[in-house]
Amino acid sequence: MACFLVPAGEAIVTTVVQKVVDNREKKAGGEKTKKTGLSWSRRLSWLNKLLWGGTILLALEHVWHGEVVPWPPFLTATENLAEVPVMLHEMATIGVGMAIFVTIVWAIIVMIVELKAKATPEAKVKPISGGE
Amino acid sequence: MWLIMTALAAVITTAIWYIKAPEGKYKLGLLSLIFWGATLMWFVDHVMAYLAEGGEFFELNLDATLLGLSVIIFALIIWEIALLRDDPRGVLKRMKKGE
Repeated sequence: MACFLVPAGEAIVTTVVQKVVDNREKKAGGEKTKKTGLSWSRRLSWLNKLLWGGTILLALEHVWHGEVVPWPPFLTATENLAEVPVMLHEMATIGVGMAIFVTIVWAIIVMIVELKAKATPEAKVKPISGGE
Repeated sequence: MWLIMTALAAVITTAIWYIKAPEGKYKLGLLSLIFWGATLMWFVDHVMAYLAEGGEFFELNLDATLLGLSVIIFALIIWEIALLRDDPRGVLKRMKKGE
């Protein structure tokens, strides 16, 4: 019904957070973490892309099924008051579940990147310069 | 059906992204993350609906297939807009210069 609005809300928050973090990193002179060479704004951009991508494609699916319309009140469930609690319940269960699951998968991706970087010897990370 | 089709698109774009990595010139990372985001969300939707209501896990019919195709086309359009906006090969810039 409107489950995609929960990850959409999270996407708005994480986009704002990414912008703030990006500005701070720029002020600090493009600070990156020593081990991975990846900034937190870049890591947050992965989460944003997952959330926005999912939200946009799910919105299309809801339009396809007639649950979202291009005229007010936009959500067909809100036209009937009896359906509003059902919609809110769906948002609280499926919508929150989606947002949490995507965030967990993103956290696992970040953890794998960190572990891979730790496992890679420093000599392999640094480009070879000059002869021996 | 749209879950299977989006998951397939995610797997294929991730494989192409990996082959081309670390070069991110054509924003394949963006495309694969769009597909993965939708795949993960629909997976949760399907699992929770299946647990709550039962029935078939996948909808296998013409309508669901057409929705799957529409979703893939829509994601490709978003990716192409992002690609044209950044114009990594400088094609649009060259066109403006009249080359």
